Amino acid sequence: MSKRQLLVIGNGMVGQRFLEELVDLEHDFQVTVFCEESRPAYDRVQLSAWFSGATAEDLALGSVEFFEQHGIRFLCDEAVVSIDRDARVATGSKGSSFPYDVLVLATGSYPFVPPIAGSDRDACHVYRTIEDLEAIRASAASSRRGVVIGGGLLGLEAAKALKDLGLDTHVVEFAPRLMAVQLDATGGEMLRSKISALGVTVHTGKATQRIEDGSKHRHRLVFAEDELETDLVLFSAGIRPRDQLARDCGIEVGERGGVVVDDQCRTSDPAIFAIGEVALWQNRTYGLVAPGYDMARKLAAQLCGDTGALFTGADMSTKLKLLGVEVGSIGMAQGGAPDYRVCAIEDASSGVYKKLVLSEDGKRLLGAVLVGDTSDYDTLLQYTLNALDLPESPISLIAPASGDKPMLGVDALPATAQICSCNNVSKGDICGAISAGCTTIGALKKDTRASSTCGGCATLVKQVLDAELKTQGIEINNDLCEHFAYTRQGLYHLVRVNSIRSFAELLTLYGRGKGCEICKPAVASILASCWNDYVLDPRHVGLQDTNDNFLANLQKDGSYSVVPRVPGGEITPDKLLVLAQVAQKYDLYTKITGGQRIDLFGARVDQLPAIWRDLVDAGFESGHAYGKSLRTVKSCVGSSWCRYGVQDSVSMAIYIEERYRGLRSPHKLKMAVSGCTRECAEAQSKDVGIIATEQGWNLYVCGNGGMRPRHAELFASDLDDQTLIRYIDRFLMFYIQTADRLQRTSVWRDNLEGGLAYLQDVVINDSLGIADELEVQMQSVIDTYVCEWKRTIEDPEALKRFRPFLNDDQPDEQIIYVRERGQKRPARADEKLEKSADVLLETV
Amino acid sequence: MKNTSQWVEIGAVDDLIPGTGAAVRIQGKQIAVFRTDDGLFALDNRDPFSDANVLSRGLTGDIAGRLVVASPVYKQHFCLRTGECLEDDQHKVQSYPVDIRDGRVFVSASEEV
Ligand code: SRM
Ligand SMILES: Cc1cc2nc3c(=O)[nH]c(=O)nc-3n(C[C@H](O)[C@H](O)[C@H](O)COP(=O)(O)OP(=O)(O)OC[C@H]3O[C@@H](n4cnc5c(N)ncnc54)[C@H](O)[C@@H]3O)c2cc1C
Ligand code: SF4
Ligand code: FES
Repeated sequence: MSKRQLLVIGNGMVGQRFLEELVDLEHDFQVTVFCEESRPAYDRVQLSAWFSGATAEDLALGSVEFFEQHGIRFLCDEAVVSIDRDARVATGSKGSSFPYDVLVLATGSYPFVPPIAGSDRDACHVYRTIEDLEAIRASAASSRRGVVIGGGLLGLEAAKALKDLGLDTHVVEFAPRLMAVQLDATGGEMLRSKISALGVTVHTGKATQRIEDGSKHRHRLVFAEDELETDLVLFSAGIRPRDQLARDCGIEVGERGGVVVDDQCRTSDPAIFAIGEVALWQNRTYGLVAPGYDMARKLAAQLCGDTGALFTGADMSTKLKLLGVEVGSIGMAQGGAPDYRVCAIEDASSGVYKKLVLSEDGKRLLGAVLVGDTSDYDTLLQYTLNALDLPESPISLIAPASGDKPMLGVDALPATAQICSCNNVSKGDICGAISAGCTTIGALKKDTRASSTCGGCATLVKQVLDAELKTQGIEINNDLCEHFAYTRQGLYHLVRVNSIRSFAELLTLYGRGKGCEICKPAVASILASCWNDYVLDPRHVGLQDTNDNFLANLQKDGSYSVVPRVPGGEITPDKLLVLAQVAQKYDLYTKITGGQRIDLFGARVDQLPAIWRDLVDAGFESGHAYGKSLRTVKSCVGSSWCRYGVQDSVSMAIYIEERYRGLRSPHKLKMAVSGCTRECAEAQSKDVGIIATEQGWNLYVCGNGGMRPRHAELFASDLDDQTLIRYIDRFLMFYIQTADRLQRTSVWRDNLEGGLAYLQDVVINDSLGIADELEVQMQSVIDTYVCEWKRTIEDPEALKRFRPFLNDDQPDEQIIYVRERGQKRPARADEKLEKSADVLLETV
Repeated sequence: MKNTSQWVEIGAVDDLIPGTGAAVRIQGKQIAVFRTDDGLFALDNRDPFSDANVLSRGLTGDIAGRLVVASPVYKQHFCLRTGECLEDDQHKVQSYPVDIRDGRVFVSASEEV
C-alpha cells in the first residue's frame, strides 16, 4: 500500500513546528513541504536580531538535514499556485502537480500596505522576511531619516531597528495612541512619552494621504493638516492572512480574511487544514506564534489518531521590551467583561503605569496593562491563567516594590500552571524534566522547549528550576570558591563597607582555609578597584597571578612579553625607534598586536626591570596587558586626517585611555573610538565603544570579540564630552561593583536582570541614587594612578623578586630560542633536545 | 647510599615574601621554595605540563585541606608536601626537605621527601 500523501504549504514558523511535532509521532504519511522563501523556516520572532548581528543561520529553525533525516520532500523556492479540490491535486509554481490526501495550509500572513498613492516608491519597505531586512539596510545606507507607518507592536520594533541603523526615526500612527490593541489610553500615553524621550518622534492621529517627492529628503508624507519628509518609509500597518489560495478554490474564508477552521483546524473542505496566522478560529486570527504552535501540535496529534487533540483558543498576553521600554498586556486589558472593576497606579515621574482589571467581586484577575515596569508580569499572568484567588488588596500586587509585597512564589503555582506560553510548557512538564535529569536551563530548553522562542518566560523557568532543585535537595552554589561562601559582588561590598585593605583581613573575617588561585586574584582585583594600592605591595604580592605578579604576560616557555601603553594607537617615530632599539638590545621578538600596539616577546623574568628602565626613561608606561584592567582604546584616525571624520577620535581615545589606565576590574576592558559611522575602530565590538556623530558621540556598551562575539548596544546618543565621560565612569564602576569574577561586560549584561533598560536607568537616570558615589569612586582611582612599572624599578625591595634565582644570578639555561623569519621564537621540544645535545657536546 | 646531610643554604627566610615562592639553583637543579603560614616547602621548579621552569611563580593556597601551588601556566595544583598533582596522578613533581636554622633557609636537594 502506498503511503498517504500529505502536503504542507508554507515552511514558516508554524509549518516547521508542525513537521517537528509530526516526526515525533508515529505517522504514515509521505510528506511534501512547499517553501516559497529561498531558505527553510527561520525564527521570525527574533528577526530584528538580524540587525544586531544574528545571521540567517543563527535564526534558522529548519534545515535540509532535518528534512533528509525524516524523509520529507522539501521544495525550496516553490510556492503552490492553485489547488484542485475535486481532483485533490495542488500545482506548484514550477508547473508540477502534486496529488494529496491531506493538505495543510500554513501560509502565514503578509504585511498590509495601505492603499496610499506613492507607497510603491523606492525605499518604501515592509518588515517580515530576511529579504525585507536586507532591503531596509541597503536603503538606510543612503538615508538620514526613517518613518515607520504604524505604531503597534511590530511598528515599534521596526522603529528600534531604524534607530539602531542610525536614522532619525519617526513613528506615524493613525489611532490616537500607540499600541492601540494592547494598551488603554493612559498606558498608550505613558509609552509615547517614554519613547519620545529616547529620541523617536511619535505622531499619533495622523493618516498618510500620499507619498510624493520631498525637497530635503527623498519622500514627503502628506497628512490632512501637515506633512513630514523622510528618506525611508517602513509600513507596519498590520498583517493580513495569506488566504488567496483558499479563496481561489472556494474554501470558506472570513469576512475580513482568514481561512475558517474548527477546533480540529479543519477548513470547510475536510481534507484541508489551516494552522498559524492564516487560520481564522471563532472569527479571530492570531498574530502571535504561540497559538500557531498550539495548532501545529494539536493537528499533528489528530492526524496521528488522537481525535481529542483540539485547539481551544489561546491567551494573547504579551510582555515586550520596545525601544527599551517594558510593556506588558495580559488577558482582558481593556476591560470587556460585562462587569469589571479597575485599579491602577500611575507615576509620571518614573514613567510607570500599571492597571489591573478585576472581576466584579474583586476575587479574580481578568487582565492587566503594564508600562515602564513589567516586573510583576509573571505573577499577574499566573493569577489570570490559573484563576487564582487574589490577595485581600489586589493593588498591593502592583504597588512600588516594598518589603511586604505579596510574592506569588513559584511554589504556589499548580503543576498545570503554564510557564512557557510559546511552547505550552507547564510547571509539571518542567518538574518532570528536572526529575529526569535536566539540571540546567540549557538542558531544560532542549528537553521541554521552554524559553526557546520569545524568551519572555526565562525568569520564571529559572525560578521553577531553582525551586525544584532545592526541593530535590540539590543546592545551587554561587560561592566564589571553597574559601569564601560569597559571590564576587558580595565580597566587593564587604571590602568597601568594612574598609578591608588586605586579603588576610577578609579571609579571617569572612572566609576559611588559606585561599587559592581563584579567590586570591579575585580579591586582589577588588582591593585594587576599591583602594588602588600598589599591586606589588608585600600585602598583595602573594595574591596576584603570575602576570600581575611580574607585571608582564607569561609565555609558554616561562619567559614574558612586554607591552608598553600606546594610547589610542598613536605613536611618534621617536618612540617607535625606542621600541626598536629596546627590542634589538634584548633580542625580543616583535609583533603588532590586535590591539593597536607593539608586543615584545621573550624577556626572561630577570630582564624585565632593565627593559622597563629603558622604556620608562623614554616616556613609556605599563600597558597593563597582564591585568584584568583596561587594555587598549583603539581609535581610527578621525577628523584630523580622514575626509569623513566628524569628531577627533584620536584625541578622545587618548583621553579615555589615560583616564582609565590601570583601573582593575572583574575582567579585562577594551574600548574604541571611531570618528564617524563607518566605524573603522570597530567600537561596536568593545566593552565601551564610542562613535562620533555630527552632534557629539554615540555611546555603545557591552560588546565583545573573542570567544563569543557580541555586538555592543547603543546606550545613549549625541552626547557631549562631559556627559560621555560621566556615563562611562558610572557604567564602569557599576560593572566593577556588581559583576562576577572573570565576567566580561557582555556576559554581565546578558545576566543583568532588567537588561539594557535597567542599566540605562541606573547610569542615565540615576534610578538607584548611586551615580555620585560611582563617580567619586572612579575619580579616586584616577587620582591615585601611578605607573606600576615606574614605581617598581624605583623600589629595590620589589626588584629583588626579579632575580632569576635566590642564590644564583645565572639565568634559566632551559629557555632556548631558534630563529625564524629574522627573529627568535621558543624552541619546540624536539629542537630543544637537539640544542641541549649540542650544548652538552660543547661543554664535555 | 645517599648523603642525607647535604643541606645547602639558599638565603635568609626574610628573602622569601610570605605567601610567595622563589626559585633556587642547587647543584644545577632548579627548585621552587615556598613560604607559607604553614612553613617552608620545596618542589621541582619545572612544571611537567608546560615543560617550563615556573612553579615558583605559582599561587599557593589550599584545596580540600591540602596545601598546594597552582602552576601559573595551566593552573594544575601540586601538593606542597608531596609534589603530587591533584588533577593527574601521572604527573608528580619531586619534593625536597627544607629547614630553617638561625633565620637561614636550607634545602636538601639530594634527598627526596
Ligand atoms: C598579544 C595579543 C595577540 C596578538 O599578538 O595580537 C593577545 C594575546 C593574548 N590574549 Fe588576546 N590578545 C590580543 C588581542 C585580543 C583581541 C583583539 C582586540 O583586543 O582588539 C581579542 C578579542 C577582543 C575582545 O577581547 O573582546 C582577544 C581575546 C582574548 C580572549 C577572549 C576574551 C573573551 O571575552 O572571549 C582571551 C582569553 C581570556 O581573556 O580569558 C585572550 C587571552 C590572551 C592571552 C592572555 C592568552 C594567555 O593567557 O596567554 C594572550 C597573552 C598576551 C601576551 O602574552 O601578551 N584574548 N585578544 C593581543 C594583545 C592586544 C593588546 O595590545 O593588548
Ligand atoms: C518582526 C516580527 C516580530 C515578531 N515578533 C513576535 C513576537 O515577539 N511574538 C510572537 O508571538 N510573534 C511575533 N511575530 C509573529 C510571528 O512571527 C508569526 O506569528 C509567526 O511567524 C506565524 O507563523 P506562520 O507559520 O503562521 O507564518 P509565517 O512564519 O509567515 O510562515 C508562512 C510561510 O509560508 C510561505 N507561503 C505563503 N504562501 C505560500 C504558498 N502559496 N506556497 C508556499 N509557501 C507559501 C511564506 O513565504 C512563509 O514563509 C513577529 C513577526 C515579525 C515579522
Ligand atoms: S588567539 Fe589564542 S593563540 Fe592567538 S594570541 Fe589570542 S590567545 Fe594566544
Ligand atoms: S513564553 Fe515565549 S519562549 Fe516561553
